[in-house]
Amino acid sequence: MSFATGFRHGVHPPEEKGLTSHLPIRRMPYPAELVLPLRQHAGKPAKLCVKVGDKVERGDKVGEADGYMSVPIHASAAGTVVDVDWWPHPDGTMAEAVRIKVDRFAPQVARPRLVPHWEGLTTEQVVKAVQDAGVVGLGGAAFPTHVKLAPPRDYGVHTLIINGAECEPYLTSDHRTMVEYPQRVHFGIRVMMHAMGVQKCVIGVERNKPDAIEALQRTAPNDLDVTILPLTVKYPQGAEKMLIKAVTGVEVPSGKLPVTVGVVVQNVGSVAAIAEVFETGLPLIERIVTVSGHGLRKPANLIVPVGTKLRDLFAHCDGVTTDAAEVIIGGPMMGQAVADLDAPVIKGTTGVVVLAKGETREGVVYPCIHCGRCIDACPIFLNPSLLGDLARVQRYEEMAEQHLADCMLCGSCAYVCPSNIPLSQLFQASKVALRRAQALVA
Amino acid sequence: MSADKLIVTASPHIRSLDSTPRIMWHVVASLIPVVLCAAWFFGVSALLQVTTAITVALLTERATGKGGAIADGSATITGLLLGLSLPAGFPLWMTALGAAFAIVFGKQVWGGLGQNVFNPALVGRAFLQAAFPVAITTWPSAGGSFFTLRGDLFALPFTHPLPNAVTSATPLGLLKFEGKGTALADLVVGSTGGSLGETAALVILAGGIYLAWRGYLNWRIPVSVIVTVWMFSSILHLVDGTKPDALFMIFSGGLMLGAVYMATDMVTSPITNLGKWIFGAGIGMLVVVIRVWGGLPEGVMYAILFMNALTPFINRATQPRVFGTQLRSAA
Repeated sequence: MSFATGFRHGVHPPEEKGLTSHLPIRRMPYPAELVLPLRQHAGKPAKLCVKVGDKVERGDKVGEADGYMSVPIHASAAGTVVDVDWWPHPDGTMAEAVRIKVDRFAPQVARPRLVPHWEGLTTEQVVKAVQDAGVVGLGGAAFPTHVKLAPPRDYGVHTLIINGAECEPYLTSDHRTMVEYPQRVHFGIRVMMHAMGVQKCVIGVERNKPDAIEALQRTAPNDLDVTILPLTVKYPQGAEKMLIKAVTGVEVPSGKLPVTVGVVVQNVGSVAAIAEVFETGLPLIERIVTVSGHGLRKPANLIVPVGTKLRDLFAHCDGVTTDAAEVIIGGPMMGQAVADLDAPVIKGTTGVVVLAKGETREGVVYPCIHCGRCIDACPIFLNPSLLGDLARVQRYEEMAEQHLADCMLCGSCAYVCPSNIPLSQLFQASKVALRRAQALVA
Repeated sequence: MSADKLIVTASPHIRSLDSTPRIMWHVVASLIPVVLCAAWFFGVSALLQVTTAITVALLTERATGKGGAIADGSATITGLLLGLSLPAGFPLWMTALGAAFAIVFGKQVWGGLGQNVFNPALVGRAFLQAAFPVAITTWPSAGGSFFTLRGDLFALPFTHPLPNAVTSATPLGLLKFEGKGTALADLVVGSTGGSLGETAALVILAGGIYLAWRGYLNWRIPVSVIVTVWMFSSILHLVDGTKPDALFMIFSGGLMLGAVYMATDMVTSPITNLGKWIFGAGIGMLVVVIRVWGGLPEGVMYAILFMNALTPFINRATQPRVFGTQLRSAA
């Protein structure tokens, strides 16, 4: 294996992508009710701009962007605002959300809108259009996309990297996007390169998706420097730092952002969402979601209106099996388990995985036997065994010295741990405790 | 599906199939051929020795450890390795004492599984070596009927064991004290005097290869030990022809059992890969030094215990370079 197509360490969880990787993307019918949390992205939540009783068309704003590090939220179907209240959020908390009763007889055609012609636009105009459309990173973190379009000039960003690795088990939404909408991906890249003024683009795709690589190669434009790079199949290949290492051979310095090495990474789904803004003018009101897992009767890749409750999503997939045990938003390595099926699909929801009994991590936790598997798994080359020992005795400052901040909670260490120690959980809690302690000092 | 049936755990939500008990029991299983070999050479005495050590280790674990700690298999390994490191005719009450000592002072006083600095089986053996130096160096000969009881197995506690009728020195003892060599073929097959697990180098090696293939044993340590012993003793043999050659060094004594099963104890060996190489090399050097220049014919036990003590320092010195740090071009 050469460093040009991969990174060191990492793990090989069962891919389980075969459940859905061959299934074409299908559109899911509108549910009776939609729930739109105002906090769906990293940064400030949107500001409410509707009130109970308002009628909304498909694509109308229900929340305005609150500053630059924020995006608006749009109604994903025509209907009536029936409630604005706290509602279960897919991250396990409660969040302020707009509930819309979907109009069963509406044609669900978006209001006609002006489609901006990208070629004549300045960077600022593209940024504005993308922000207005509410586009965020669709890979899970939901970082506002327009912010990445205008990186500070002094870093000299030279390469745009498109993340098509999709290394989480089960998930195939990016895979199907690349197979079915390769032109849209390339068009989005064109707009991004124009706005950012970069000359070079690399699309990284894991080798286990040959049809996606083929589709992207077949439709690649001749007039742009776009390379499709097959990557080693390994978790977490899709982590930003790992992907940059694989594509450029450069390590992003500890504690720094990717722009410091002259690259910007964008998820393949987000690029397709940008394309849609400049193709149809439609804001981000629906997304492709992989609904999968052995606890689900009929796995699928679906176009889901943002705000669809998990309950309705499962109902569309013929429901869950009798041995369904855990519902996970996102993939099983970094996803969030939810207990409340009233939580909605939001912009950052890459997939919903239902694990069956026996597939979960429940079980006895043994003491650390210092086998060193976590050290061989950690893609950041930390010592999770040592960090775990320190976390248990709450020595957070020492953990900080051991580079706790560099841990991206990918879960590789906990995945391989034979003693079933919940390392990622310990590290996440330690990060919070450390922040709290530092805030007290400051 | 009602929500109260759902479980909610932190990510990652899946895990690899390997578990700590599974690793431990695989180690136990891979040692069964070694026990059978010992039974082939030393008859029922070998089985009594090993059974006693395991039983007492488990009982002690039960009495001192947390509930359910027996199921993790670690006490079984301790008992098994202790039994295999003893001569066939070692009085069983001493074996029992050693096994109890191994669990209590080798493991539990440190805080139980995962916390101990020294390999528990070797702690037990070191205790026995200090307490009963004669009995532990009285080596019954291999061969004879399966049901022959060797040595003074059933000596009453705190009596002097009877002088043994049929004994034979170990190859290392022969070399050290009488200047006699042993045929390599005998060493490899194991038809020599010695502790139970000293005499089946090839079977031990096979067990180690199986464990390494399954990923339950880190191959770097045994390879490092054996390569170091090989190189160091070859050099000495070249300089001074009366010193034993490399193959003799590797296949005699407890080197194979120590290198494959004791030095690789995950709890007491370094956690980093570089550390494992250093650890193994240190053991290899010490074994040769003790065997060639020391007062004892065999040095595997002390070599491993000494390197166990250095493990925390090796760990500290061999921390991996964190991603994105110490970059040459970093500003």
